[in-house]
Amino acid sequence: MSNHMSKRLLGAAAAIAGTTLLLAACEFPSMETEQVGYRGTGMEEVKNPRREAEKRDRLQAPEPLPPTQPGGGRAGDVYENVQVVGDLSITEFNRLMTAMTEWVSPEQGCNYCHIPDNLASDDIYTKVVSRRMMEMTKHINDNWSDHVGDTGVTCYTCHAGQPVPEYVWFKDDGPPQAGGMAASRAGQNIASASVGYSSLPRDPFSAFFVDEPESIRVIPTTALPDGTNPRNIMDTEKTYGLMMHFSESLGVNCTYCHNSRSFVAWESSPPTRENAWHGIQMVRDLNVDYLVPLEPVYPESQLGPHHRDAPKTNCQTCHQGANQPLYGVSMLADYPELDRIRIRDNGVPDVTRDELEAPAAEPDGAGEDPEQMFDELPGEGPDGN
Amino acid sequence: MAEYQNIFTQVQVEAAPEAGVPLPRGHSARVGTPQMVHLLGRIGNAQIGPIYLGTLGVASLAAGVIAFLIIGFNFWAQVNWSPIEFVRQLFWLGLEPPAPEYGLSIPPLAEGGWWLMAGFFLTTSILLWWVRMYRRARALGMGTHVAWAFAAAIWLYLVLGFIRPLLMGSWGEAVPFGIFPHLDWTAAFSIKYGNLFYNPFHMLSIAFLYGSTLLFAMHGATILAVGRYGGEREIEQITDRGTASERAALFWRWTMGFNATMESIHRWAWWFAVLTPLTGGIGILLTGTVVDNWYLWGIQHGLVPEYPDLGGTDPTLNQGAGQ
Repeated sequence: MSNHMSKRLLGAAAAIAGTTLLLAACEFPSMETEQVGYRGTGMEEVKNPRREAEKRDRLQAPEPLPPTQPGGGRAGDVYENVQVVGDLSITEFNRLMTAMTEWVSPEQGCNYCHIPDNLASDDIYTKVVSRRMMEMTKHINDNWSDHVGDTGVTCYTCHAGQPVPEYVWFKDDGPPQAGGMAASRAGQNIASASVGYSSLPRDPFSAFFVDEPESIRVIPTTALPDGTNPRNIMDTEKTYGLMMHFSESLGVNCTYCHNSRSFVAWESSPPTRENAWHGIQMVRDLNVDYLVPLEPVYPESQLGPHHRDAPKTNCQTCHQGANQPLYGVSMLADYPELDRIRIRDNGVPDVTRDELEAPAAEPDGAGEDPEQMFDELPGEGPDGN
Repeated sequence: MAEYQNIFTQVQVEAAPEAGVPLPRGHSARVGTPQMVHLLGRIGNAQIGPIYLGTLGVASLAAGVIAFLIIGFNFWAQVNWSPIEFVRQLFWLGLEPPAPEYGLSIPPLAEGGWWLMAGFFLTTSILLWWVRMYRRARALGMGTHVAWAFAAAIWLYLVLGFIRPLLMGSWGEAVPFGIFPHLDWTAAFSIKYGNLFYNPFHMLSIAFLYGSTLLFAMHGATILAVGRYGGEREIEQITDRGTASERAALFWRWTMGFNATMESIHRWAWWFAVLTPLTGGIGILLTGTVVDNWYLWGIQHGLVPEYPDLGGTDPTLNQGAGQ
């Protein structure tokens, strides 16, 4: 009898242990489901309320600085070498500088971008980069309302208190693989956070978020093959990988932008898909016109580990897990100074790293050893959303 | 107290291992010393071995091992021969077919050549194993139903990895080897061709698949339920219908009006199982070759229900942009 009991106990323990192992990668119920389309079409948004609460805690806009009145003369006249915010008054200029320090380098302070004994000097790469980033901010708010709406962006949208935004991307060959005649991974088949830990192509950004992008549209638009669609399944896996990036970056399901019965049909898609489409164009524009041309400015330590490329942006850089960055809170409204940034005619860097006399301090972020670049598997990452 | 019930009985009869019927002239001997394994006895027959290998079995195993090693070593090479990463990434690792640019030509080893070779050896192994199953059935004086059921599965395998890529003119259309890679491929395949759920042969295949599980559960449950009357001696009861068979038949006639017989239920099961990959293979074969977008095909043929539009419009129609 006791033998029988202990066997049963053992069996129960094994069952519990097995179930725990099997479900280790699953999220604990319950989930919240919101119907977002016609009944019976499976148009639903599924959210984990605990994870959602954690994200809402994390993605908080800082308190705005007290507004200021114009005063003290025009910054461009009073200070030297003020190229893009010269039209601000001294008080406005100082408010903006204070805000930017809080947004970008709260621990490092002014000296992150300025040489202490000569604030006007461009002999520090971070100042050259931040000037270009101010122009980029203005460019986004002026020209990409199709994507950012009236909410707009500020430095904080991406930086969130960090000198290098947490989510930037480099061209990525993945961890090393044996060369010679061994089969290539073909850019996929490694657990990759960039594509939601699927084994899809791990770097969809190099294909779609750059100059001369590959076509995202892979699904035929005719019922029968008529030879007009040269796209193949491998192309499809790239697009699929990019979509996983969307899903991870925005914390949403496929159905946020698509009716899954036809991923390609626009009329059965929610309007959010149009906004996402503009987002793709915007990200590409920012990378091509603003971020890639900064490559000669960065010190080697800030460049990509595999291709010495500049840090670039994707959906996650701003969204950071929320369907709207900072859940739609507009910081831009509190900072009219950002609207008076002047965009120079050309985006040529003022100074390149070769011209800089002393190498600048190396902030954290880039330049990791490629040997250490195996992505964390689910459950081990800092944020597996 | 232990009692003898059916295949899940807790009673194991201990006796000398059974050597099997004598083999005809010209057949190689069975290999391995038979052993009794108590744990196996709990889920089936306790005796393991001897096994008949023969020339076909040896050749099939050899080809299979070659394919397995090609795939395994390439997986390992892809994590730079790191044993730890090999284990961590095992489910993610894959051996990809040649890129579409290669068409049906033979690519370098690193760019799909190994995939082609692994596919060749795996296919050889499977086909040799099929012949072996056919011949062993004949040698035992059995029908060849098992071999033909296996052939149905081989049909789907060949359509996916060989016949359809041939028709499409590109090895790149074929399935990669690997756990997650082949699953990602499956999802991408359905998306690429406009949603496989609107493919009627896919529908049939799903119906037969789910039907198979239903039939399996119904039949298994019925036989277990009449096990106390000797119901597991199903085939004998075809000709010598005992109370178990009578009760099983009555149960279904009472509950749903119709009942299969001890013989026909096995034809039901065989055909449902076999039709699953047969219809599925036809569905795959038509995809991309005859139909490019199953959703649009479904609209043309009244398969797709209409729902209110959700308000999206293609931005490129307004802007004339290329993306």
